[in-house]
Amino acid sequence: MVLVPKAPSFVGPGAIDVALEVNGDAVTVHVPPHRTLLDTLRETLGLTGAKRVCDEGTCGACTVLIDGKPAYACMTLAVACADRKVETVEGLSKDGLHPVQQAFIDHDAYQCGFCTPGQIMSCVGLLRQNASPDAEDVLRAVSGNLCRCGAYPNIVAAALAASKKTKR
Amino acid sequence: MSIKVVRTKSEFEGIVSEETALVEGTDLRSWGDDAGLTIVGKRHTRVDGIARVTGRAMFTQDLYLPGMLHVRMLRSPYPRARVRKIDASRAEALPGVRGVLHRSNAPKAAFRGEETIFRDEVRFVGDEVAAVAADTEEIAAEAVRLIDVEYEVLPFVPDLEEAMAEGATKLADGGNVSESGKHDRGDVKRAFAESQVVVEGTYRTSTQLHNSLETHGAVARWDGDELTVWESTQHVFGVRAGIQAALKIPYKDIRVLCDYMGGGFGSKGGAGKYTIVAAIFARQLGKPVRCFLTRDEENLAAGNRSATYQTVKISSKGKKIHAIEHLSWSNAGQGRWVADPTGPTNGLYDIANVRSRSYKVLTSLGALASFRAPGYVEGTFALDQAIDELAERMGEDPLALRRRHATRMTDPVTSLRYSLKRLLRCYEIGEKEIGWHRRKPEGARGSALHRRRGYGMASQLWGGSGLPPAYATVHLNPDGTAVLRCGTQDIGTGTRTVLAQLVAEELGLEVDAVRVELGDTNSQYAPISAGSLTVASVGPAVRLAAKDARGQLLEAASGLLEMGTSELRVQRGQIIGKGHRMSIGEVLGQVENFTVIGKGSRFPNPEGLSLKTFGAHFAQVEVDVRTGEIFVEHVVAVHDIGRVINPLLATSQVEGGIIQGLGFVLSEERIVDRPTGHVVNGNLEGYKIPTVRDVPRMTVRFTEDADVKANNIGAKGLGEPPIIPLPAAIANAVANAIGVRIRTAPLTRQRVLEALELSLERTRPQAAVRST
Repeated sequence: MVLVPKAPSFVGPGAIDVALEVNGDAVTVHVPPHRTLLDTLRETLGLTGAKRVCDEGTCGACTVLIDGKPAYACMTLAVACADRKVETVEGLSKDGLHPVQQAFIDHDAYQCGFCTPGQIMSCVGLLRQNASPDAEDVLRAVSGNLCRCGAYPNIVAAALAASKKTKR
Repeated sequence: MSIKVVRTKSEFEGIVSEETALVEGTDLRSWGDDAGLTIVGKRHTRVDGIARVTGRAMFTQDLYLPGMLHVRMLRSPYPRARVRKIDASRAEALPGVRGVLHRSNAPKAAFRGEETIFRDEVRFVGDEVAAVAADTEEIAAEAVRLIDVEYEVLPFVPDLEEAMAEGATKLADGGNVSESGKHDRGDVKRAFAESQVVVEGTYRTSTQLHNSLETHGAVARWDGDELTVWESTQHVFGVRAGIQAALKIPYKDIRVLCDYMGGGFGSKGGAGKYTIVAAIFARQLGKPVRCFLTRDEENLAAGNRSATYQTVKISSKGKKIHAIEHLSWSNAGQGRWVADPTGPTNGLYDIANVRSRSYKVLTSLGALASFRAPGYVEGTFALDQAIDELAERMGEDPLALRRRHATRMTDPVTSLRYSLKRLLRCYEIGEKEIGWHRRKPEGARGSALHRRRGYGMASQLWGGSGLPPAYATVHLNPDGTAVLRCGTQDIGTGTRTVLAQLVAEELGLEVDAVRVELGDTNSQYAPISAGSLTVASVGPAVRLAAKDARGQLLEAASGLLEMGTSELRVQRGQIIGKGHRMSIGEVLGQVENFTVIGKGSRFPNPEGLSLKTFGAHFAQVEVDVRTGEIFVEHVVAVHDIGRVINPLLATSQVEGGIIQGLGFVLSEERIVDRPTGHVVNGNLEGYKIPTVRDVPRMTVRFTEDADVKANNIGAKGLGEPPIIPLPAAIANAVANAIGVRIRTAPLTRQRVLEALELSLERTRPQAAVRST
């Protein structure tokens, strides 16, 4: 559905200001409507934890949380995030490492580390919604996150271990 | 310390060469199995773990410099064409475009044996035609579409077997096929004539795409005459050499950096065209320039594992394999070399009569690049299946047959004695862990009526000895912390952690007291992080550097404490002597600021010995005979790689190799549209790499004996071994399960079903299952 505003109080079609919350901070970015959240985070806000790997929603390396739920930042327009809360891997460790981050270290849940921020955000997103996931829940949560090095078994182990720690 | 010239034989990805290197001082004997090591050989989480999990790890792709321009390439839409005319005026007129380079205006720059970056004749879909630098990537991409090119389309060959055929379009004056490797042993002709069982088979493996998650790319910046290049690479010094060759500038003015890198798997061995283009634009435009490939470009122009066509003829006499003939053709695309799939045939098993030939075949596709054990994965897929088929026809257990050819302690190719060979031990462990006794020659019923279960195994041979030259320094600070500098890189294998452990062990520090600085050509030289040679090349130099630092520290302590050096030792950051126990900081703190600098170099490999790694994989699978789906239930991987420095990281690496091997054998296949020469699945949607759901139960074991003759740390390489035997082990398990052999990788459901259809006549039990 295309809404054509009749009143003069519209913005666009060029670059517009978008106010959103990123890692707890209120920010306003000036972006063209076609700019993805991923490029906005990386290039405008300097948050390069989310990675650009496929840029078409197949690999999950750009996973961030939007209003607490995992989302592919490469498939999300920045303008669609107005007034929403975006969390990236950089925002997890404001008060020390998040249990998922610590579990990734303990379980060697990475090799090259390029998919790691996305994997971690998928796991954090899962634990927010389900504090006691079983292995099947974890598999579902990270099945959209590709890892070419094959760190998968350790990623699953890390997520399960972190859930036990979070519960305590 | 005096400098010595040494000559040494080295093996890199199956190719043995003579090297001359310089070394300093004297080498150490290897730590023995009883050395009482407290850090080396123990699990340790990665020293760079926090950077990796917080997003702070800076990959080349994460570098955004102020004022940086972005490059996108125009790539050929034709598999072969002459570029008649380029008109870039519409692109240049686009606001935000800062420069366009193409064959008519680009400065001369030698690149991999050619004199130019942009060829007059483009030779594959994806070949570079022009490059645009612009303020943003979006503008650059738009400008690329505005470049007008007139092509004269030429005849092309989009397929390996088409290129091999009589009358194929010739892509080079000498024809498409050229010999790239040969080995002869015994008398194959006579041996086949006197054999009792002879088995022949044709094997095909598909083109595998690396798909490193970080694509190939570089950022270049000039400061006056000095060029700094950040590149996602396995070899900063290789990139430096490529830049020097292209731009003719001295080494002192080139600095190449690679801190974290997002996977390479062999494909990131030196400067790319993107590197040179970024450097040229950066100089011309006076701004930093970034050039990264998109995912699609990565899968066209950044390398691949060659598809192969192989024939194997193998025979037995009595209870032993008597002769083998292995012929192999590899799709090089537009590459200048190929890997040798006959390597395992020549050297893995002790077989009396061997004839092998391998051939490089040119096609109108992107060049190959090394991909984790290039050649050996493909070759073992054919060899170890042929052995299973022979065993089946001989009525022998395939493992028992292999054992008869795994006992000799000399290398059948060179006749040199192995420094260490624990292949039989690998078999012993694997056999037990998988429960090999459950394997029945005719396979077994699986967990449902329509599922069949089977067991298979295969062996692994690879080099991994490491090689000089490699150098390192250890700077010991007055507070008792140390910085190791070495020009190697950590491509995800855990190099930083392993080297920190070596320094800590030798120097007497805690691992956390060691910082490791890698990936910088302003450090000491280290070889490419490939060929499973990093730890075995760099590790011994690092240990010597730490030992040198420890010696100097003890001399300093001896003067300050007025005790003989022989009465002192360093342990976990403490200097311990009779009645003394002081931290290094306390001792060195007594003098004005002072840095101990230890140096170490990699000594040559031992003369007259063959240094190899061995291993074996065992697999249990189920096959759904209705859908052709293969379920891998359990993989046991056992490797003989000498000393394992860090079992936690080594296990991760083996699991990763297994998973990548599963991709090769079950799902990964580049598909080329033959009428147009286009890759149709050059993305992560259509090209299927394993996901978390494809991971089987895995058991990883090591034989663990140090190879004390190999080098002073007793370790060999592990990067490649765990992918080599996996595909053949799976294929053998599938053949055992369903009674029909599939000789083409990947073993897709379609191929499984086709094979089952063809064999219905022969496999009555399954026909009976169908009718019930």
